[in-house]
Amino acid sequence: MKSSGSDDWVGGVGEGATERTLTAGHRDGSHNLTDRQGFRGGPDSPTVGRVTPPSQRSYAPSTLPAPDGRPDKRMTEDDVVARLSSGMTIGIGGWGSRRKPMSLVRAIARSELTDLTIVCYGGPEVGILSTLGKVRRAVYGFVSLDSIPLEPHFRQARQQGTIEVTELDEGAFYLGLLAAAHRVPFYPTRAGLGSDMMLMNPDLATVTSPYPDADGVHEDLVAIPAFQLDASLIHMNRADAAGNGQFLGPDLYFDDLFAKAATSTYLSCEKVIATGDLLAEGSLHTLKIPRLFVDGVVESPRGAHFTECPPDYGRDEAFQRVYAATAKDPEAWRAFVDRWLEAPSHAEYLERLDAEGEGA
Amino acid sequence: MADLKPDANQPEEATIDEICAVAIAEAFRGDGEILCNPIGTTPIIGGRLARATFEPAMVMTDAVAVLAANPLPVGDDNAERLVEAWMPYRDMFDVVWSGRRHIVMGASQIDAHGNQNLAAIGDWRRPKAQLLGLRGAPGNLINHATTYWVPNHSTRSFVLSVDVVSGPGYDRVAPLSAAIRASHEIRRVVSNLAVMDFESSGSGDEPRRMRLRSVHPGVTVDEVVEATGFELAVPDEVPESRLPTGEELHLIREVLDPQGYRKAEFGG
Repeated sequence: MKSSGSDDWVGGVGEGATERTLTAGHRDGSHNLTDRQGFRGGPDSPTVGRVTPPSQRSYAPSTLPAPDGRPDKRMTEDDVVARLSSGMTIGIGGWGSRRKPMSLVRAIARSELTDLTIVCYGGPEVGILSTLGKVRRAVYGFVSLDSIPLEPHFRQARQQGTIEVTELDEGAFYLGLLAAAHRVPFYPTRAGLGSDMMLMNPDLATVTSPYPDADGVHEDLVAIPAFQLDASLIHMNRADAAGNGQFLGPDLYFDDLFAKAATSTYLSCEKVIATGDLLAEGSLHTLKIPRLFVDGVVESPRGAHFTECPPDYGRDEAFQRVYAATAKDPEAWRAFVDRWLEAPSHAEYLERLDAEGEGA
Repeated sequence: MADLKPDANQPEEATIDEICAVAIAEAFRGDGEILCNPIGTTPIIGGRLARATFEPAMVMTDAVAVLAANPLPVGDDNAERLVEAWMPYRDMFDVVWSGRRHIVMGASQIDAHGNQNLAAIGDWRRPKAQLLGLRGAPGNLINHATTYWVPNHSTRSFVLSVDVVSGPGYDRVAPLSAAIRASHEIRRVVSNLAVMDFESSGSGDEPRRMRLRSVHPGVTVDEVVEATGFELAVPDEVPESRLPTGEELHLIREVLDPQGYRKAEFGG
């Protein structure tokens, strides 16, 4: 079924456009694809020439059972780490101190993995993994804790020269993800020209536009190379066991591109739910991570802690302040590592967190 | 100044934070229906003030993920938003690259041609002090208008040469493409002492240089020149920065920043 599905998908891009004009009720070829596979078959199946009134075009939670044959990709944080190896380039989703896959980051922190290149709109994962000596190079659009504008552990790693960095303009970074997702070697942009981004990244090349501008000049542009990600880690609010991911907050950031850019993608989520329930809490527009880009699903309640994961929870600012303060105090850092980063499992981490809350 | 509108109902004397907010608001005059995107407390108050008064067509974010049509109080996450559009982070680049945006950013260092450093002090390979990084500055500067807000005008911030160029100034942009030169504009530099802009040489061959445009009330031209680490172009007549109108003071104090967060940047 998977292979026939992907054949249909390839055809659907072109055919869907034709069908869309005829049926007028379906937004793209993918819905026609599911109709053909019977996921949404029955009396409401589209018929050529039939126009579905807008009022009937809403999508509600389904009572249909998920068909057999779809893979169950559930696993633990440690299963994910077992599939990673030292020297890999790993994309990490979220943004700053927002919806970071922290239970997966901690699993890396307590593992033997080392010599990693991490690629991200960076938050605490950069500081944590750098300070623990896991990181050879960080590739980023920025590194920040939001309410604490500069990540103090990252700052220290930079000032002590313990990590190599590829620092890119925030928009240029986006194009590196996009190029990888689209399997092209680079995307061109003007961002970086005139600034020291070119000096800081001597490997960055420019390309000359093959097309002349109005004055007949062929403009030079920066070629942002595709980020070759061996794996990506992202955290979603909900997912099903097959790996369809859902974000319920105000911003997906680039998590869909991280999933598409990587050879393998591991998704942690607040809650694994039935496929039929995916539309119970969010609209169709929140289903931005289709399972064909996901290789593993980890159910990890509060898995983004201490970063925010709206609407499930906000940032734990008090915890973040404690984390930030450990950059100036090696003893406090050692205690933080022992208590939090080396908690043997996410379940144990949550137990310690709850104990802390009761003690406070 | 010519555009000063004295107001008999002015409740009390304006303070420096309010004068700076108005100077930032003035940078947006004439912008029309673009994304007004100030970053930082005083800039946000200035941008929202401009929209609430003389630039009503501008669109603005809530500093999270939507465009909100109503004047929001700064720093209030729970204020009711009149949402006009969804603007997740990724979509911001479509706006940046469209050119329909005017940002106000900080500058840890800035030089005579407007080169800005937000990235690092010292050698970027192993900085003496890691700052915020390049962030979006390289792309911002060459795509749309930029204004800088520097709340600590001194020879440490207004320097002969910046350690890292995050946002390129006029000399860096001069050799680049016509498309880039057409989009690049450093509209103003607003500090706690004065307002600057960039003058062009008569022939247009030399890259634009920073020029004193007005001094804030109580500040002398000499004080600004002394606090600037490069030769600032000083016109024969330097006016005083305009005072807020009564309406503007009301908006700043009662609507846009009732909690007085703006005072923090001025040691308050």
